[in-house]
Amino acid sequence: MLTCKEITELVTEYAEGNLSFMDRVRFQMHIGMCRNCRRYVRQVKATAAALGLLPAPEMSPDLEQELMRRFESWNQTRGS
Amino acid sequence: MGGAAEGHAAGLGDPELVRRIHAGDRSAFAALVRRHGGALLRFARVFVRDEAVAEEVVQDTWMAVLEGLDGFEGRASFKTWLYRILANRARTRAVREGRSVPFSALAGREDDESPLDPERFDAGGMWRDPPVGWTDETPERLALEAETRAVMEAAVQALPPAQRAVLVLRDEDGLETAEICNLLDLTVTNQRVLLHRARTRVRQALETHMRGGR
Repeated sequence: MLTCKEITELVTEYAEGNLSFMDRVRFQMHIGMCRNCRRYVRQVKATAAALGLLPAPEMSPDLEQELMRRFESWNQTRGS
Repeated sequence: MGGAAEGHAAGLGDPELVRRIHAGDRSAFAALVRRHGGALLRFARVFVRDEAVAEEVVQDTWMAVLEGLDGFEGRASFKTWLYRILANRARTRAVREGRSVPFSALAGREDDESPLDPERFDAGGMWRDPPVGWTDETPERLALEAETRAVMEAAVQALPPAQRAVLVLRDEDGLETAEICNLLDLTVTNQRVLLHRARTRVRQALETHMRGGR
């Protein structure tokens, strides 16, 4: 039987699908019976998913303009 | 940037945009930059903390993209190709400035501390101080609510560099493990350990917030 501490150590491997079949069964047996670990696993998964919903940073208008300016000069050199 | 031409280009796939850039289409380049620019900047910040330097690395990368268009054969996705160019540029830059520490070396150093307080468990490994319930545990609410979003962003910023790098690429950007190992020059084992530590820390930051606030 896995301990709660072991569940918190294996949670990423579990969520990423890296556990062997037997370890996965042992993991699921524990969280099936342990409300605290069920909660912990749910929170880790929610955290990872929430990170995926954070917007990427915005590029500064200066950077965008500089890139377009560089595109123009690249395009001109190429065309000549 | 902007305008009708770019609006049209924004609906096209990467390979078609690349083809049009080849033909000198400005709006296609603008659309490609818009699509990948923010995520690319975030990736650059994984290597360099200084914002001005990160922007320079991004600029260098796009220039390398233009100059190397002929070399893009479409075997890898454009995004993969783009990220590889940035990783190479960022490393070269770090070496030139004499502060290049590979993520693989950092991974070992970041290994010394348990991300979750061992005191939370009794001698048998059972919870002594179990996790508290959160007001809302859905990813959407966590990401949308200003407070929890700020907590997560601050927690990610505070992560040791290699952990932050892996978390940004895996959880924020959604790259596959193999690609992350390739980009950051990490073993699969290192990558897994770093991701685990990083997620544990960010979850812990949210828990601390939930316990303290409201």
